[in-house]
Amino acid sequence: MATTLEVPASVKKDAAALAAKFTIVSQKEFRGELTLTVNRAQFHDIAAFLRDQLGYTYLIDVSSVDHFGQEPRYEVVYELQNFERADHLRVKYTVSEDDATAPTVTDLWATADWHEREAFDMMGIRFTGHPDLRRILMWEGYPFHPLRKDFPLAGKDSDTPDVAFSRAAPLAGGPFVTSPTGGDTQDREPRSREME
Amino acid sequence: MSTITPAAYDSKIEGNVIFTKLDSAINWMRKNSLWPMPMGLACCAIELMATGASRYDISRFGAEVMRFSPRQSDVMIVAGTVTYKMALAVKRIWDQMPEPKWCIAMGACASSGGMYRSYAVLQGIDTLIPVDVYISGCPPRPEALIEGLLRLQRKIEGEHSFLAQKPELVAALRS
Ligand code: SF4
Repeated sequence: MATTLEVPASVKKDAAALAAKFTIVSQKEFRGELTLTVNRAQFHDIAAFLRDQLGYTYLIDVSSVDHFGQEPRYEVVYELQNFERADHLRVKYTVSEDDATAPTVTDLWATADWHEREAFDMMGIRFTGHPDLRRILMWEGYPFHPLRKDFPLAGKDSDTPDVAFSRAAPLAGGPFVTSPTGGDTQDREPRSREME
Repeated sequence: MSTITPAAYDSKIEGNVIFTKLDSAINWMRKNSLWPMPMGLACCAIELMATGASRYDISRFGAEVMRFSPRQSDVMIVAGTVTYKMALAVKRIWDQMPEPKWCIAMGACASSGGMYRSYAVLQGIDTLIPVDVYISGCPPRPEALIEGLLRLQRKIEGEHSFLAQKPELVAALRS
């Protein structure tokens, strides 16, 4: 089966239907996938519209991105799937550091529950209206959000009496990271690099 | 007429009497029935299961009785990545095991944190409990685990059966 790298016409139609009712901040096509950036304040209505009117009944994933050093700092990304038409749509919005909250969609997709808990645990974005916003991977009482870019790979010391503790790991010359850009394999391969 | 009963030699019992040291006898019994506490925490546990199954069959060495109760086990096999979230639970299970007890750190993760130089993983279970045998590998093959078990048996042979084990390790962890 030949794979096309064009955004399907049906997805473009959905985007137009969405644009007629809501503000679309920007729109990006990449390798046959459409990404819409919207406003956080409108997102819950947009999500309901996508699910109920446009048939995006399946929430594949909720993730968060840290653009450290930029403002607004965070981005919350939702991957949606329309099973009837096998259409995929990505919707995201930015969240500023001073007000790191986002509207929950647990009332629309039950699966958002754990995804939002993970985004809260790892990135520290609070989902308002979430029924049970506890940490999901780290333990209750852990004071950091480890996927933030300003959190060191080695971790930090912490102590939650009778629950858990953590210590910064010895990196022994690391972190050994791959550079995604530039140079030949010699330059790109994982080796010790200075992290600022 | 009185008969003289030979005291020195009785062919009926001579073959069944063994002269040995108490330490050797007790250690011999201990080393051949090491009941493991399977602390399977990640991928290494799969190899631990393989070791217990028929192909590798650690029951040949008396260690097949995997007990999920710490109260009935002798050797904790820490097989897998010990996250900080799990670390105190492992320590607690270790504390519930009755003396004498031993610990095998199976694989790179349990021995040193392995490839996880990260915020979430304990850098070696020996920071919490005294480890007798470290097994390298990611994961170690079942043969390696069996070799580790045999090394532990050899170690037990040389212990004083009535004294507390590895006091220097325990003291180092306390300090
Ligand atoms: S040592 Fe390797 S196989 Fe074993 S738990 Fe760690 S990552 Fe998995």
